[in-house]
Amino acid sequence: MHALGWRVFRARLTPLLLCRRSVGAASRGVDSMSVEGTNGPACGRQKVLTLDSMNQRVKQVEYAVRGPIVLQAAAIEKELQQGIRKPFSEVIRANIGDAHAMGQKPITFIRQVLAICTYPQLLCDPNMPEDAKLRAKQILGACGGHSVGAYTASQGIETIRQSVAKYIERRDGGIPSNPDNIFLSTGASDAIVTTLKLLVSGEGRQRTGVMIPIPQYPLYSAAISDLGAVQVNYYLDEENCWALNISELQRALHQARQHCTPKVLCTINPGNPTGQVQSRQVIEEVIRFAAKEKLFLMADEVYQDNIYGEGCQFHSFKKILFEMGSQYSDVVELASFHSVSKCYMGECGYRGGYVEYVNLDPGVKAELMKLVSVRLCPPVSGQAVLGVITDPPQPGEPSYQTFLKEKTNVLSSLAERARLTEEVFRGAPGIRCNPVQGAMYSFPRIDIPPKAIEAAKAAGQAPDMFFCMKLLEETGICVVPGSGFGQAEGTYHFRMTILPPTDKLKVLLNKLKCFYETFTKRYA
Amino acid sequence: MYRLSAVTRRAAAGVCARHVGVEARPRLRPGGRDLAANLTTAGTASALQDSRVAPARNGDRVLNIGSLNPQVRATEYAVRGPIVIKAGEIEKELQQGAQKPFTEIIKANIGDAHAMGQQPITFLRQVVALCTCPELIDSPDFPADAKERAQRILQDCGGHSLGSYSASQGLYCIRQDVAKYVESRDGGVPVDPGNIYITTGASDGIMSVLKLLLSGEGRMRTGVMIPIPQYPLYSAAISELGAVQVNYYLDEENNWALDKSELRRSLNEAREYCYPKVLCIINPGNPTGQVQSRKCIEDVIRFAYEEKLFLLADEVYQENVYSEGCKFHSFKKVLYEMGPEYFNTVELVSFHSTSKGYTGECGFRGGYMEVINMDPEVKAHFEKLLSVRLCPPVPGQVAMDVVVNPPKPGEESYKTFKMEKMMVLQNLAEKAKLSEEVLNTIPGMQCNPLQGAMYAFPRIFIPAKAIKEAQASGMAPDMFYCMKLLEETGICVVPGSGFGQKEGTYHFRMTILLPIEKLKVLLQNVKDFHGKFVQKYA
Repeated sequence: MHALGWRVFRARLTPLLLCRRSVGAASRGVDSMSVEGTNGPACGRQKVLTLDSMNQRVKQVEYAVRGPIVLQAAAIEKELQQGIRKPFSEVIRANIGDAHAMGQKPITFIRQVLAICTYPQLLCDPNMPEDAKLRAKQILGACGGHSVGAYTASQGIETIRQSVAKYIERRDGGIPSNPDNIFLSTGASDAIVTTLKLLVSGEGRQRTGVMIPIPQYPLYSAAISDLGAVQVNYYLDEENCWALNISELQRALHQARQHCTPKVLCTINPGNPTGQVQSRQVIEEVIRFAAKEKLFLMADEVYQDNIYGEGCQFHSFKKILFEMGSQYSDVVELASFHSVSKCYMGECGYRGGYVEYVNLDPGVKAELMKLVSVRLCPPVSGQAVLGVITDPPQPGEPSYQTFLKEKTNVLSSLAERARLTEEVFRGAPGIRCNPVQGAMYSFPRIDIPPKAIEAAKAAGQAPDMFFCMKLLEETGICVVPGSGFGQAEGTYHFRMTILPPTDKLKVLLNKLKCFYETFTKRYA
Repeated sequence: MYRLSAVTRRAAAGVCARHVGVEARPRLRPGGRDLAANLTTAGTASALQDSRVAPARNGDRVLNIGSLNPQVRATEYAVRGPIVIKAGEIEKELQQGAQKPFTEIIKANIGDAHAMGQQPITFLRQVVALCTCPELIDSPDFPADAKERAQRILQDCGGHSLGSYSASQGLYCIRQDVAKYVESRDGGVPVDPGNIYITTGASDGIMSVLKLLLSGEGRMRTGVMIPIPQYPLYSAAISELGAVQVNYYLDEENNWALDKSELRRSLNEAREYCYPKVLCIINPGNPTGQVQSRKCIEDVIRFAYEEKLFLLADEVYQENVYSEGCKFHSFKKVLYEMGPEYFNTVELVSFHSTSKGYTGECGFRGGYMEVINMDPEVKAHFEKLLSVRLCPPVPGQVAMDVVVNPPKPGEESYKTFKMEKMMVLQNLAEKAKLSEEVLNTIPGMQCNPLQGAMYAFPRIFIPAKAIKEAQASGMAPDMFYCMKLLEETGICVVPGSGFGQKEGTYHFRMTILLPIEKLKVLLQNVKDFHGKFVQKYA
């Protein structure tokens, strides 16, 4: 029986297929079809992998940024394509920090280097600038067989790790960085999950607790569920521009110690979704706290170039740690994460990133090497992007002016959009929004009328999910409810990116404001 | 013997990790802070701490060998294990001018075609370059068909940029192309693009599916059946996830065939201590190079059906079939040809990759999996899980697209593409034959035919004296052999113990990827070395 076999079977078996579907949905696990007396056909036969038999930790994982609201957005998009009428003509995806998807143009120099690396014949192309060719040659020189198609060292290409180390040294005013402590990764997410994986151990009260800010970026809660660690929440102070408060850290830690062993403290600076930029003083306090309480510090610093607030400045945890002196810098274990997906590059699709470890136990480092080797290596083109941004065109090089101009344009335009967002929300009754000092999101707090809360409960939704679904269905704007990030009980928020082009963003913000008014009136 | 071992081994690994950690830590720290490490492990940190605020010192770091995730500790991955680390060290010594009996390290440890000099397929790189730098669309140096492919893919990318996240499942147009490819490969068996997931190399897909399947504790813990010898990604993933490894042995005497009675034996034994739920197959075999017959695949499917096992078919070497009379049959195709009783029931995931075949694009980390008969609700959870990692690298997705949607007859690039592809595959076939022939001329070595994939996995006979010396230095005998081979010839291969082998047999895996002239030299060197080794330990 050959090519046509399945067709014949399918024709013969359509009724069975149909019955299987209906039975399957209703009664998982019941061998209901055996009543037919057939030995074979699988109708109703229980699958090996079912909701009950699957990994229960995976079941608990939640990731709101691509959750139900985004699935609904895709469904609506499809309807629009099919010509179904809606009160809007397109879905605006303000749910995810995806700059290029919102129209931001790639940095020319990055793409030139990458194209040459991919297709080295372009080294002879007169339209490619010399500095791009030089970078590409350096990268290719470090690749097996001079090809980006070869596996690299699992830790990442050594010359790129060296250039990352130099970048960190420049950023941190000369504090030394050792390329051996840098691991390139498949986006920052990969490095964060891997680091957490190292840290999870113990059972019962000995199980590793991971302290995360609330609101948080839900990668953290998802990874914690996936690894079966214990999530320990500390709340950022919304009234105080989402500041991190040491007494709150203390409270969270003490409470957690009654049921788990908190071992890790995660911070996100600049904040996602909250957009605050931590002051030097806060960082010092956090480091002191980690030292005192013996916590492993994870500093998510992927938005380090995205600083807009006046008087705000990015301080890396590493820099402050070293400035606090050797009693801290010899002791505190720190992992700092960066990515090519944010900042001025926005190259999310390349999945490039790195982690720098400080004071990682050498034995653990050997284990980490082994662990990352199982995945062979991070994607080489993502590594190459990282190589370019840590070794950008220098004054005097042919691409310098263009590069600088493109970079500045992106960052200043983002700053403008951050201000615009804040302004519009400030003028909206019922909406309160802290200044967007950094990162790429605003996270306004919204009052939801009690009637709407009731309606949400009736629909089995969190009130802010209810709000966001209505917003999506009525305006086409896709934002993520605060409940996906966590928020103080009884408060409601949503996260929207500030990435649409300024003109579009204005329209979007005003639409949102109007919708909120209608919404509150409807449920008044 | 495997009855208790898998469970107890896991438990032991945790204990042992802690135990070894205390002993080994000071040894692992050469350099300045060692002293402190040694002192503080004993808990006498105070002398060093003085008035310092922080109590922690190297010895009691938050994260140390003792507190490390025991499952991470238990993970092993030989393909990049100690032998490769040693190779790296020797390479550095050579660079620093150290004198050795050889001038370079030859890395025959990993299936990395480009590193061994294989040239990329031009068309693939043209499409990726065009997607990277869309301005090149105006360049006369690029063929129209490459431009057309690139434009179509960019159309599907957010903001027409490779730099935007794709759907977590992968770009839709690429999944469509994969579906068409699988359909035509399998003689018309239908494929739903909704069942196709683009991955970060096949490894990522395999890990994700295994993760999904893992559950239960104690005797209910998920058991995963894997061939021995196996590709150690499987054992590593099983350790990392804390599943139970269930070995079934391939029959070396019978060209590494998979035997149903051995499957049965292994399953029955495993059922006494775990809950076997998954059956993994690698076809063509890695490291063993056999190509499974249609009948063998039918047997496996029937077995999975009868015993209610979830099938994972690792088919990344599907283009790499060399021996006459051998043909690649996909599990999916055979499953459908066995009729609805099977194709409506058996749960199967099949994996493919850009890293092997004739493209060898390992660095792009491209791959896909096709999921068949997965419970729709489970599938929703699976998609959620994948979404946490956002998306597979988009350039790797593009590379995958070219693999499944290459130039067609009549298109501008067709001839070049076809020639390049043929050259690579013919060349590999020639090298497979050569390796088998030469290795079989070596007394004390025995190599099954390399019907497919990219490796030779000869059995080596190690003299008793050498085994003794290996044991004295705490090494598996074949690790000892491979270390000596590396130190004396610069050739880096992976010992069979890293893949698993029948007790008392020894092997190594070497790739056949070197250019043919170099491969000849390498084989001769192996031959010479083996002769000397056997003599030395006679």
